[in-house]
Amino acid sequence: MAPPTDTGAHPLFDANRLLVLILGLPVLAGVAGVALPAFGYLPALGEARFTLDHFAELASQPHILRSALTGLVAGLVTTSISVAIVGAFLAGFAGTPVFSRIQHLVSPLLAVPHAAAAFALAFLIAPSGFLLRLISPELTGFARPPQWLVPNDPLALSMIAGLVAKEIPFLFLVALAALPQLPLRRSRQLTAALGHGHVSGFLVTLWPALYRQIRLAVFAVLVYSVSVVDVAIILGPQLPATLPVRIAQWTADHELSARFLASAAAMLQLAVVGMAIALWFAVERLGRIALVRMTATGRRFRNDGALRLASAVAMATSAVLIFLGLAALGLWSVAGLWPFPDSLPMHITPRIWLRSLPQIGPPLRATIALAVSAASLALLIAILLLNRNGAAARGSNGIGYKSLYLPLLLPEISFIFGLQVLILAAGLKPAFATVIAAHFLFVLPYVLLSLSSPWRALDPRFEQIAAGFGKSPLRILITVRLPMLFRACLTAFAVGFSVSVSLYLPTLLIGAGRVTTIATESVALASGGDRRVIGVYALVQALLPFLAFLLASLGPQLLFRNRRAMRT
Amino acid sequence: MVEWAGKIAAALLLACAVAGGAVAADPGNWDKVVAEAKGQTVYFNAWGGSETINAYIGWAGEEMKARHGVSVVHVKLDDTAKAVATVVAEKSAGKDDGGSVDLIWINGENFAAMKRQGLLFGPDWATRLPNWRYVDHETKPTVLTDFTIPTEGLESPWGGAKLVFFYDSARTEANELPDSAEELLIWAKANPGRFSYPQPPDFIGSSFLKQVLIELIDDTGKLQKPVDEAMFAADTAPLFAYLDRLKPLLWRQGKAYPQNYPDMKQKLADGELDIIFAFNPAEASSAIANGELPETVRSFVFSGGTLGNTHFLAVPYNATAKAGALLFANFLLSPEAQLHKQDPKIWGDPTVLSLGKLPTADRSAFENLDLGVATLKPDELGPALEEPHPSWMTRIEAEWIRRYGAPN
Repeated sequence: MAPPTDTGAHPLFDANRLLVLILGLPVLAGVAGVALPAFGYLPALGEARFTLDHFAELASQPHILRSALTGLVAGLVTTSISVAIVGAFLAGFAGTPVFSRIQHLVSPLLAVPHAAAAFALAFLIAPSGFLLRLISPELTGFARPPQWLVPNDPLALSMIAGLVAKEIPFLFLVALAALPQLPLRRSRQLTAALGHGHVSGFLVTLWPALYRQIRLAVFAVLVYSVSVVDVAIILGPQLPATLPVRIAQWTADHELSARFLASAAAMLQLAVVGMAIALWFAVERLGRIALVRMTATGRRFRNDGALRLASAVAMATSAVLIFLGLAALGLWSVAGLWPFPDSLPMHITPRIWLRSLPQIGPPLRATIALAVSAASLALLIAILLLNRNGAAARGSNGIGYKSLYLPLLLPEISFIFGLQVLILAAGLKPAFATVIAAHFLFVLPYVLLSLSSPWRALDPRFEQIAAGFGKSPLRILITVRLPMLFRACLTAFAVGFSVSVSLYLPTLLIGAGRVTTIATESVALASGGDRRVIGVYALVQALLPFLAFLLASLGPQLLFRNRRAMRT
Repeated sequence: MVEWAGKIAAALLLACAVAGGAVAADPGNWDKVVAEAKGQTVYFNAWGGSETINAYIGWAGEEMKARHGVSVVHVKLDDTAKAVATVVAEKSAGKDDGGSVDLIWINGENFAAMKRQGLLFGPDWATRLPNWRYVDHETKPTVLTDFTIPTEGLESPWGGAKLVFFYDSARTEANELPDSAEELLIWAKANPGRFSYPQPPDFIGSSFLKQVLIELIDDTGKLQKPVDEAMFAADTAPLFAYLDRLKPLLWRQGKAYPQNYPDMKQKLADGELDIIFAFNPAEASSAIANGELPETVRSFVFSGGTLGNTHFLAVPYNATAKAGALLFANFLLSPEAQLHKQDPKIWGDPTVLSLGKLPTADRSAFENLDLGVATLKPDELGPALEEPHPSWMTRIEAEWIRRYGAPN
């Protein structure tokens, strides 16, 4: 039957197309902006001939294969671990009291920008870090930091730990938004009656449906972790650095000809991301086979206590580590001299805060203005798009709709430079509006990702009933669908807000440095390595999205005080 | 409703086109430059990794606003090359005026690259600034030659830089300190894991490589010319033999490196490193004042000389506020701004001015400046070794990465 939201109006369809064009063009231009130089075309540097030399040069770069593979493996491992932990935890505890306790512990983690979380972890686990200071020299005998290769270990274990700690809450929150649409209690009653343990019961009944809903988020995590730059710089290997970090270095190389090399490397990074996605398809297939076999054998895994405990501990540890690290960051931001192995600074001084606060005002205002504009706009467009496409036949959305996810399936670093050229070619001056547009490009996919699953999972019969009462599509949207998806909308807004707050490269390049935000300031300061100042900026940056998520979790409670079922 | 949203998105992408006309600033007619600059906003692209430097730039910006009605916006970069990248992108888009970078804090290699690509505002404007008359271009050759590349007035000197080593006198005896690269190797044998250098291509890390190269190469004259590819392996053999021997004696056996010099400062404070270095003689005094290093830290140099150079300010060819940029560069050269900059409580960056050329009051102010407990006096800094041609740094960095860029 025709979806109730299909008005069949042509202008609507055209507007939809126009949107796809407006959003798809910059991304494609950005790709062209690296693809052309990669094959030798960049008139600004007097090069305009087709050549494969730059790929040959890339191939001759030392340890390039190792760089590419480290990122690839780290991304796959990060994604596998994150999905396994979140999946096991959901399976083991959904609907239990422990669940909500851990949920309250883990959710705020999403508010911490990746760079801040990475610093927090580094401050903890480094040989001169907080954990060793606590037990030195009394327990360890270390009067000086030991010569351990942590973080920045060659196997990227620290980096994977940092990424997992940050991706767990993201996947968890997306799954949480999808959970209300699953028959959780009935499934538990049924499988428990059949003698299943928590985990296996959940896996055989609900997991396939849940995974379908969080699948795009999983791919976003995969692409992000394979191509991450800031976390890799802080925690990742340095000899050699991962490919995205090296691309970042080449795009900023003093030798302008390195731009061609960077473009070729950006193409390689695209291929690496493609390979990661292909490998993940294989992982999914293996998972499905395993699940089918488990279901067919009829084993019920009654004694899954250890697995459940492990998943809960893993969830809790990730949160506790990051928050302890943030506390250490906070301590550094007010520390005077603080030599190893002292557990506490010699004296506390507000000097760094006092010196930083006047400078932090303008970028703070710019950050909030950008994030609110980009996230609101993205939420509005996402609702309009989903309203147009989401109710249509599942999984067969047009190419145009899929193209909105393009920015998430491309390494950010690969196409920003091309975007910059495009914006200048259009004769635009770097201005606040262009930066909002650029942020919008990165924010929209995440907002869509976080909103589309709950949107499509909403039982269409509610709207069919409303349509039966003769309500117009617009009224149905505003009075039935949006209130029921209120929490999902707020979550999507908060996700968009926090993505915008942590955007560094787009802000710097598209704003031509004229739009300074907390992100650009903190990365600029991070290169100076002063732990005190990093502490100040990281805390301020973490606070912003945290407030957005606080609103997202409190919103339904406040708005629907009198309707218990709407507060999920 | 959807149509309306589409229009908004389109408007966002298209509504901010403003034509930016640029007038060529002529330093020969200074009064006109001052008049033109009034009301302009200068986007100053400079490394933003140091709070003290940022605070100094903030102070200079306020002075410009108060005196000339020029707004200065400090665009804080984590790498100067990003500003170069912006100018390249603008040029490739045919944006030959109304560019977004007005002034860049720049060093030899970025300067060489921009000069070669024709991305700099010219001809000679730097030597026609009113305050050029105070500049010491007689005894500081690096003011006119940046990494062997003639500046030709395309960049204006801002401050001096000299490679200086620091140690904590509470842990390390002054009489044990090395006095050359060779002695440093012997010291590292006796103190394994207590020395390292920032990982090239970090600027300071690469500078250490150049310091060793200058000390070990058979003929330093070769370094003033571009690399001779046929001879490169032989010319750098002593350097890499040295680094091969040094590697296992480094912090974490050379399996990882500090990321930059502030990172080394932190490691000196934590007791992970015992000898570190920076390009600013007042770095240690400044860090002590900031509570980053203990008060027992002191400086030393090699008696045979350490690397010295000058850092500059340059204006891109397509800058929007050229007059404002020139006026700001001139202010940063003034005795007052240079004195403020050399105060270790502010920044501690050495002046490029010649004290002999200054008015009496300014000269005595410089002479009476307390350089800080850990800063060597100008006459204790030892000879300055000249920077090699930029091609050396590029080749050495590449070779370093090839040899040491992966754990093995």
